[in-house]
Amino acid sequence: MIAVVGLLLGILAGLLLEPAVPEPLQPYLPIAVVAALDAVFGGLRAFLDGIFDDKVFVVSFVSNVLIAALIVYLGDQLGVGGQLSTGVIVVLGIRIFSNVAAIRRHLFHA
Amino acid sequence: MPEPARSRLARAFIARPGRGQLVVAVLLASLGFAAALQIRLTNTDGDFSGQRRQDLVALLDSLSSATDRTESRIDELEEARDELLTSSQRRQAALEQGRSELDVLAILSGTVAATGPGITVTVTDPDGSVLAASMLNGIEELRDAGAEAIEVNDQVRVVASTSFTEGAADQIVVDDVTLLPPYVIDAIGSPQTLSEAMVFPGGFSDEVEELGGAVSVEQLDVVRVDSLHKVEEPEYSQPTDR
Repeated sequence: MIAVVGLLLGILAGLLLEPAVPEPLQPYLPIAVVAALDAVFGGLRAFLDGIFDDKVFVVSFVSNVLIAALIVYLGDQLGVGGQLSTGVIVVLGIRIFSNVAAIRRHLFHA
Repeated sequence: MPEPARSRLARAFIARPGRGQLVVAVLLASLGFAAALQIRLTNTDGDFSGQRRQDLVALLDSLSSATDRTESRIDELEEARDELLTSSQRRQAALEQGRSELDVLAILSGTVAATGPGITVTVTDPDGSVLAASMLNGIEELRDAGAEAIEVNDQVRVVASTSFTEGAADQIVVDDVTLLPPYVIDAIGSPQTLSEAMVFPGGFSDEVEELGGAVSVEQLDVVRVDSLHKVEEPEYSQPTDR
């Protein structure tokens, strides 16, 4: 419950405060958001599996975000930033889909 | 047997929030914050925020080449403008020069009235013995001293084609106008130089006095030469290029 409230609070803060994103971080924000989404769906699935652990969730959340940003940064340095970020998005998308499928099986038994 | 997933979810909603839930809430809040931020950025930051570096570089290249083209066009146009400006200035200068030449020529040919410093020479001739030749000598002295406009008796403008002749009773006839003494010559020029040209020893004044007349010279700050000379179209001569 408090988790859902936190999510809503974050969205509201982002909409209302309108902070400026530092220029060097701008290319990594979308990737970081997708990576965090992957961690959240993974956590939800683990919760439904009954193996949720908040420490694991925190570590996976943070490392997901950092690694995704790092890969894109490396790609930008190597001149293949566009392709690499597409690759990261595809991989994270597949993971999100598989996690959502597992969650769906749990909730609807289908 | 593990608890069914759905009831676990329901229980988590009802349960008192623990430390684990709080951490998850913080992380989800940061996710929501970042997502909202990114969405707003994508919607408001124009067309370029979502684009990759290569696309932006290509766009920048095309823009800068367009800028180069436009700048060279600006240079061309500025050059053309400068050219037109100088040519119009040159034309203006030529026009002004032409106008001042026109003034000079109009005064020389006697088609306009003229005013300026100069002298008035009055020649009295009680015996009627001053002839055209003497008058012409006096006029020549004035010309030699730089007189710019000369008239006689407020009647005749003396120009290049002016003739001095004698009538039937030895009167002086200038350009078909018979003059009667006293003869008054108005001349525009340096008053000092002109009056010296009239009175130097053996000059006009002495010549007239030998003939029984008298010459008086008056230096004036303003002399008006009002009589005009009528210019006739040349019948035989034509201007050449040189």
